[in-house]
Amino acid sequence: MGGTRGKPILITPAGAVMTRNMAELTLCPLSAIPPGEGRNFDVRGEKIAVFRTRSGGVFAVQATCPHRGGPLSDGLLGGTRLICPLHAWKFDVSTGDVLFGDCGIRTYPVHVDDSAQIVLHLDGVVR
Amino acid sequence: METKRKLVLIGNGMAGARTVEEILARGGGSQFDITMFGDEPTGNYNRILLSNVLNGSYKEDDIFLNPLAWYRENNIRLLAGTRAAGILRRARLVFAEDGTPEPYDKLIIATGSRPILPPMDGLKMPDGAFKPGVFVFRTLEDCRGIASYAEGKTTAAVIGGGLLGLEAARGLQNFGLEVNVVHLAGHLMQQQLDAGAGAILKTSMEKLGVRVLLNKNTTTILGQDRVLGLRFADGGTLECDMVVISAGIRPNWEIAAGCGLPIERAIVVDDQMRTDDRDIYAVGECAQHRGQTYGLVAPLWEQAKVLADYITGSNPQAAYHGSKVATKLKVMGVEVASMGIVEPRDSDDEVVQFSEPKRGTYKKLIIREGRLVGGILLGDISKAAYLMQAFDRNTPLPDERLRLLFDIGDPPKQVTFEEMNAATQICNCNGVSKGTIVACVRNGKRNAKAVMDATRAGMGCGSCKSMVTEIVEWACGGQTEEDPSVHYYVPGVPLTKPELIRAIREHNLRSVSAVFDYLAGGKEDAASKPGLASLLKTLWHEEYEDERDARFINERVHANIQKDGTFSVVPQMPGGITSPAQLRCIADVADRYRVPLVKLTGGQRIDLLGVRKDDLPNVWRDLDMPSGYAYGKSYRTCKSCVGSDFCRFGLGDSISLALKIEQEFQGFDSPHKMKLATAGCPRNCSEAMVKDLGAVAVEGGKWEIYIGGAAGSSVRKGDVLCTVDSHEEVLRYMGRFIQYYRENAKYLERTYRFVQRLGIAKIRAVVMEDSEGIAERLDREIAASKAAYKDPWKEVWAAPVANRYSSLLPVLS
Repeated sequence: MGGTRGKPILITPAGAVMTRNMAELTLCPLSAIPPGEGRNFDVRGEKIAVFRTRSGGVFAVQATCPHRGGPLSDGLLGGTRLICPLHAWKFDVSTGDVLFGDCGIRTYPVHVDDSAQIVLHLDGVVR
Repeated sequence: METKRKLVLIGNGMAGARTVEEILARGGGSQFDITMFGDEPTGNYNRILLSNVLNGSYKEDDIFLNPLAWYRENNIRLLAGTRAAGILRRARLVFAEDGTPEPYDKLIIATGSRPILPPMDGLKMPDGAFKPGVFVFRTLEDCRGIASYAEGKTTAAVIGGGLLGLEAARGLQNFGLEVNVVHLAGHLMQQQLDAGAGAILKTSMEKLGVRVLLNKNTTTILGQDRVLGLRFADGGTLECDMVVISAGIRPNWEIAAGCGLPIERAIVVDDQMRTDDRDIYAVGECAQHRGQTYGLVAPLWEQAKVLADYITGSNPQAAYHGSKVATKLKVMGVEVASMGIVEPRDSDDEVVQFSEPKRGTYKKLIIREGRLVGGILLGDISKAAYLMQAFDRNTPLPDERLRLLFDIGDPPKQVTFEEMNAATQICNCNGVSKGTIVACVRNGKRNAKAVMDATRAGMGCGSCKSMVTEIVEWACGGQTEEDPSVHYYVPGVPLTKPELIRAIREHNLRSVSAVFDYLAGGKEDAASKPGLASLLKTLWHEEYEDERDARFINERVHANIQKDGTFSVVPQMPGGITSPAQLRCIADVADRYRVPLVKLTGGQRIDLLGVRKDDLPNVWRDLDMPSGYAYGKSYRTCKSCVGSDFCRFGLGDSISLALKIEQEFQGFDSPHKMKLATAGCPRNCSEAMVKDLGAVAVEGGKWEIYIGGAAGSSVRKGDVLCTVDSHEEVLRYMGRFIQYYRENAKYLERTYRFVQRLGIAKIRAVVMEDSEGIAERLDREIAASKAAYKDPWKEVWAAPVANRYSSLLPVLS
């Protein structure tokens, strides 16, 4: 592993060296997440919940509820609004805003590429 | 510099002084120089407590509301003992009796009222003064006069058996006098009581030593130079040493009439308490608003507030809309509460009545269109606070009228919401206090649903929902804004359940997303999804298009989520019957998957708690037992007692009935969970009488079917639906009820609420007598649901969905 002074780098599993600005991570094919559901991903030790809305949007947020640590990927999704399964705190997964509860959740930039793969932008994900 | 306007009040009684207090509270002290004319030489005192002064339980000083110092501190010029004699409107002057003019910019008339003197001979002496021994009872001075005259006397009469007359009688008794109440009407307190209550009150009064004479018209006060007795129109007489006249009051409107203001029964005012003259107001007993005059204190407080709001400009929209008259008092130790009318007026008026003369208890309510329009409570007024609030706010009454008169079962609701401490916890599941609910209403949430959404009150077990609703109504002052969505089956589709079912059938909608597309403008609502999924499954059986995202996680993975994100697994165990082989198998699974806790459930089954999501399919495969549905809004279980096989008391075979029930209804989706039980005799060891559905064997080979029982956050004994002769009939009628419940209950409405809402009579008619002609169809639907049953734990292995049970996925690259 090497580095350029003042310019942090990441190493992808394939071994290619990229600067952080360019860093992206392919999570899974879009089809791996059923419409209206979410799944958890292990992104280098950090757990991230990724949701696929029924209208085709894909969003990534922190995996646990800030209230009592409920598994957000097990929540009910309607549009981009998510209900935590434990005590029904509500969030908007597109913005991280809290709709019911005391505080919002962290979001991560994500998109679906041309080959229908869900791609996470690593900006700010890995410390 | 702006000069202050001059505000003059004629009257320094309870209405006048309270109005000034309200004006000061709105910053009126910086707008007005205030001058008050007061007939009496003192500050303002609480006239209501005069009888307590008379009977010695209060000293004079105790009843002062505004002592003279209060006027000084607030820079109010009090002309105590100075009677206002006239008003010159054109010059805006009030004249004192000695001719001194007092200029005003705004004038408030609060002259109150005075006792009515019925026409009778011998009332006055030739000089116009009362004959010695004749008194009225209105002021502190009257009080002193009565007290000093009573010294050494033996007998007194009170003319008038109304509220004030009885209070005077009570005061007189304390001087050791023999007291007679002489009343013109046929029963006491006819303004507040009906004849029945009046008769009981009379008995109570007589027990306390007061003699009550009814239908007595006093024509003459006997005695040359002092009172010696009374003569009545019927020729009879009564010897007495003194007489207190308390035959009603008459508003003091003369000063207003003298300057040409409109008078009817009193000084006519509009909704801002203004007379015909924009600068002159009237308030209290001397005012007549929308044809009504008031002699009680509560309306007067309301009028004072509106007047102060308006005159200070602090709320130019303030308006008085009249008061509903309710009163609670103690007459000689007998508690009385009265509100509204005392006799029914419409033929549809419903009267609920209880009378126990021996104990002096009487209760009567008059209900019109489900709302209280009149009420009398005598002797026991424990329900007065609740009833007076319901009367005042015009809130709908509970269907069970008995609860209006008595506290039965439920914790006594003896505090009103006003009295209730703000910190009182209302929702015990989510820890929401009365104060939080009220604050939420103040912040603009004007209906129960909005408040529940915002605070989570009532969103736990739901048993406090009705209390939350009542508090919201109270906090809104009865002016709730109804949220139409309370009538919807689910919040996100604007249709009631029957409308929704019709639309689903009409458009042939078989999936939750199709319902959103067709009936909600394509707008998905997360909270509505599970309810729709449940209903669609009920309507379409196996033709329902299952979309797993529409299900709550428990039903998505057929297990019950726990606080740490693990799950509990409860295999089916019909009737609570197991076997050594099954127990060995369960033990092995618990070991193999390191299950942290194995516990018996309340439904006679075994619960494996703390199973990882990823292990669920393997646990099910290894158990090789069907799902027990311990996670769903569905049929859960049917527990059973030992029944007739082993129990020496058993009358019926409860075990085999429980097995048949499980076979019949397993896996049924329903609006909420359904827990069942069968009991082999009325000892009810399996608690069948407090289940959603229960069957209890009774002598003669019969079974009683109970429905709508509960023993969770609410406790309710079920209603007996019917008594039948065989297991087959139990299954048939239980099935019919279950299907009727599935089609008609709101989502998350347990059977006990559903049965209470519809009433057992209605349900019996539908299920037993086929009053709607749907029994055959209900039976068919049940059969179709039964045919569509598949064990979800086996399904997982038949058609696995990739990563459904993965708690964490690796990334591709």
